[in-house]
Amino acid sequence: MAVPILKQGPFLIASIQSALTDTDLVQLRDALVGQVGSYRSRGVIVDVTALDVLDSFASRTLRDLAHMVRLRGAETVIVGIQPEVAFTMVRLGLTLEGVATALDLEEGLFYLNEKLRSTQQTTQ
Amino acid sequence: MSEVKTSKSPMSPTQASSESTASLLRELVPHLRQNRTQLRQEWARRITEAKLLTAMSADEIFTEATAVYDQYVEALETGTFEALQAYARNLSERIIPRGVETHEVVGIVLLLRDVLARSLFAKYQEDLAKLNRILDAYEPAANRIANTVAVGFVQERERIIREQQEAIRELSTPVLQVRERLLILPIIGVIDPQRARQLTEQLLRGIRTNRAKVVVIDITGVAAMDSQIANHLVQTVEASRLLGATVIVTGLSPEIAQTLVNIGVDLGKMNTVGDLQGGIEGAERLLGYKVVPIGDNTQMPKGLLPG
Repeated sequence: MAVPILKQGPFLIASIQSALTDTDLVQLRDALVGQVGSYRSRGVIVDVTALDVLDSFASRTLRDLAHMVRLRGAETVIVGIQPEVAFTMVRLGLTLEGVATALDLEEGLFYLNEKLRSTQQTTQ
Repeated sequence: MSEVKTSKSPMSPTQASSESTASLLRELVPHLRQNRTQLRQEWARRITEAKLLTAMSADEIFTEATAVYDQYVEALETGTFEALQAYARNLSERIIPRGVETHEVVGIVLLLRDVLARSLFAKYQEDLAKLNRILDAYEPAANRIANTVAVGFVQERERIIREQQEAIRELSTPVLQVRERLLILPIIGVIDPQRARQLTEQLLRGIRTNRAKVVVIDITGVAAMDSQIANHLVQTVEASRLLGATVIVTGLSPEIAQTLVNIGVDLGKMNTVGDLQGGIEGAERLLGYKVVPIGDNTQMPKGLLPG
């Protein structure tokens, strides 16, 4: 099942609505990394609120996604990880190192806006 | 405890059918009833002598001894232990809060068994064969009674302990909001794995419902933790980060600091501050709060002026 990617100003939002296969995840990663370039986006939000499980493959793919997006000049935030999912991930050693996380979409947008503002200030 | 009062005589114990056991026991009962006062006193005296039930006064011991004695005789007479069991529970409920120990309860029941056995010796010393048969019937019954009372006591004790654990657990993990989007989690006392799990659950849920950005976990009240719990703490910090909250841990004792260093915590992930005040100040800074004194800060409120 393909995940829709929404363009919202300078950001891209991918909201995962159901459990994804590994292939779907890789497709999502590639689509996002590609679109960051074509839309000249400054940030990416991946919303995982609907997921009850984030296994090692999913965690690694999300982490790779974030690192790839950063190399393409944008920031990534993973939002909406459920409390139980978060603790299970940590127990399995999947801590999404170096990836920004936020409580929900609103927080994620807030975080990216702050980031954007601070980079604009430093470049001015 | 000298278990065997009599060396078994060469004439082996008669294969008493259960009916004759019952009838032998019934034969004992009138004897025990007749000598009730004297045997009770003897028992109470031996309890005091053995320094058991020190938490209770002599009068109380005598009252309880009377009740237990009657129950005991009744159990011998009827061969049913339900009433005795109920009484043991009830008694335990009353005496456990006063600090009566398991060994005391077991001790007094065994004393009663011995006191009664001695009186049987005295009564039947003329007729050794009869004494043997009586003891064969009496000993299993008496042991079963002792067992019933001890088990009742221990069960009651365990029930109380369970209840208390439950109560403590419910009280032990408050997640408090001190400012918009700032939670504090004061932890006091020993953290066992179960409590640690509960702490994490409540914290993560609290982060979600209060939309917290910063959490201060204060462990000033935790003297020490083993590496398993320390690991759990680190995991909680990381899980909170996955929910978008920053955790500041405050009040680490030297021992806990040692434990954390020993398990090799990545200090880049752990945000620690010396005390709760520092933690809250740091959290306010992260949230963009600035605390300033009201008005002219050279003018202290009257109540705070020195002298």
